[in-house]
Amino acid sequence: MTGSALPRRLVEFVGALRDHGIPVGPGETVDAAAAVAALGLADREQLRAALAATVLRRAGQRAAFDALFDLYFPVAVGAAGPAADQPRDVTELRDALVAALAAGDEDQLRALASGAIEQFGRYGSFGEGGSGGGANGMRGWSAYQALDRVRPEALLNRVLAAIRTDESAFGEAIARTEAQSRITRYREAVQAEARRRTAELRGRERIARYAVPPQTDLVGFTTASRAQLAELRRTIQPLSRKLATRLASRRRRARRGQIDLRRTLRRSLATGGVPMRPALRDRRPGRPELVLLCDMSGSVAGFAQFTLLLVQALSDQFSKIRSFAFVELTDEITGLIAAGSADPEGLARRILTQAKLTRWGMSSDYGGSLASFADGWPDAVGPRTSVLILGDGRTNGGDPNLDAVRRIAARAKHVHWLNPEARTSWGTGDSAALEYARVVPMHECRNLRQLTRLVTELLPG
Amino acid sequence: MQEPLFGSVDEVVERLAGAGYLASTAVATTVFLADRLGKPLLVEGPAGVGKTELARALAGATGSELVRLQCYEGIDEARALYEWNHAKQLLRITAGREEGWKQARDEVFSEEFLLPRPLLKAIRNPDPTVLLIDETDKADVEMEGLLLEVLGDFQVTVPELGTITAKRRPFVLLTSNATRELSEALKRRCLFLHLDFPSPELERDIVTLKVPGLDARLADSVIRVVGALRTMELRKAPSIAETVDWARTLLALGADTLDEQVVETSLGVILKYRSDHSKAAAELRLDTLLS
Repeated sequence: MTGSALPRRLVEFVGALRDHGIPVGPGETVDAAAAVAALGLADREQLRAALAATVLRRAGQRAAFDALFDLYFPVAVGAAGPAADQPRDVTELRDALVAALAAGDEDQLRALASGAIEQFGRYGSFGEGGSGGGANGMRGWSAYQALDRVRPEALLNRVLAAIRTDESAFGEAIARTEAQSRITRYREAVQAEARRRTAELRGRERIARYAVPPQTDLVGFTTASRAQLAELRRTIQPLSRKLATRLASRRRRARRGQIDLRRTLRRSLATGGVPMRPALRDRRPGRPELVLLCDMSGSVAGFAQFTLLLVQALSDQFSKIRSFAFVELTDEITGLIAAGSADPEGLARRILTQAKLTRWGMSSDYGGSLASFADGWPDAVGPRTSVLILGDGRTNGGDPNLDAVRRIAARAKHVHWLNPEARTSWGTGDSAALEYARVVPMHECRNLRQLTRLVTELLPG
Repeated sequence: MQEPLFGSVDEVVERLAGAGYLASTAVATTVFLADRLGKPLLVEGPAGVGKTELARALAGATGSELVRLQCYEGIDEARALYEWNHAKQLLRITAGREEGWKQARDEVFSEEFLLPRPLLKAIRNPDPTVLLIDETDKADVEMEGLLLEVLGDFQVTVPELGTITAKRRPFVLLTSNATRELSEALKRRCLFLHLDFPSPELERDIVTLKVPGLDARLADSVIRVVGALRTMELRKAPSIAETVDWARTLLALGADTLDEQVVETSLGVILKYRSDHSKAAAELRLDTLLS
């Protein structure tokens, strides 16, 4: 890139970052340009590091940044790497892949990813030469199609056989985790390669907008893919710690007592009505109690699973959290959550099998659940309890039982409802969200960012 | 504009390596840029990936003095910037009973009674300085405001003495464990570096560098096990520092290969939570040995 091409490319890149919710100001763009000027363009990894240092502000932005960087500053144009040593068919490619996975050779993995796209990822009609202008929108490169042919997951056992050095179960387990993470990296490389090539064909902006996954904290709970859920799970631990430190500092601040007027006056009697020693209000050691009511029905499964993990993480930090789950009936799951700390992935499954949540099906019955909670655990909610209800409020046409919510709200310190649906769809169809929202405050909580904000603001300090 | 410390990214790598710090491309590039652009460098990342170590190595590699400000909750201007030495001032006043008010005032608020704290010290130092502001996220928000002012202009105003401007800009490194989100304003003024666990190759080099007597094959297995542990969802993933500790432990135990028995007995060195311990044991099939 020479002359004015680089600034233009940089500005386009920054625009794409902004589209993905990474706020980059003009000052940062100038910094980035200055950094590029200081470094030169010789080394692509240095360029990546330089841009990351100047435009990023938090770690969660990195994945989106990397994907966009690969689009705007591609490794190569057209087919990458020499065509000569590319495998000729699926069998050969898979053999080469086994060797590369076993050796952990990143360069070779990338080359094979490119080869897989080149050979099996093409769809639509390509004219002479196979590349060129993007007039025809019905063609491109598909990572899905390529991975479907190569099926890297099915290679696991062959890779294991190649890695295996000794016969111990321990060595086997280590090799397995290694092989799995390498296969994941290969998949990502294939996807990045497909994005890059399609971008050449159809224009960068379009691909940047639709094909690059959003930042972790903006991924919707209910729409998250498996990999994204795993990513969300990883962010939950630091989040809970962040919340705990926040709450701790807030509690400490509250310690600076206020003047207790009544006791100061009482004391001042001894000094003839002159308040020599002001009495400070004792701080009552407030024990924040939290009760969670989680909808575990199919429609909000991702959300429920995720909030459970947050609860689990929080319960490390707090002494008193009780959790309940419901589908058609409510049952207490506090014990299950405590026991499930070693296996967060399987938590939701175990709750569904071990707690008594349903009578017939998997569709939620809010009326019945709320009533069974209010009747079954009258002692769970007291004047010091904050209740969080997590669910979409879709009653499947049943009675929303507003009265039960009112009863719970009357007993609790406060009740908040977190709804994983967009505010615009509340009250549509079988959703009773708006009716509930009239009884208790309801908040939209679709992604990690909203959840973080809500929990820091809502939890009792 | 003062002389840059480094001529190229490769030079950064080389000189940091000379000081015992093996830098990845990202680290070296960011350090180089921070030096060139004259901006503070904010390093964020999990505990034990070598954030503080980087500052130490930088000071070593460039022959600078390392001035460290450790942040904590409730740290204030007096602890970060400067303080008047009240005890000494009182002594001075009692000693000179006969003099007039004006003279005493002029004397008492002079250089002699000023206690420079890290920030002022770094700014006044005429020699090359690396200023490390450690665990910035522990300090209160007010402290960030102060940092903004000081790091923006590299000057400090002491009302009684006037404004003190840096003779030589220190290389500023801020670290944070991201337990709290730092203010946008502070982040905007810094270059941002997210320091994460290194690649297996780099980590192996680090371990071999720090634990010289370690057998190459054992180092390999150590890195592999640690890498596997990091892919599990643990409460606290093992850091580089813990990898190095573990390597030392293994060396001390006289282990020459890594098997279930050895791992089982020394796992406590790298995993600090009981739940992590049992999870790792289950996934690494250590339990098959015990049953």
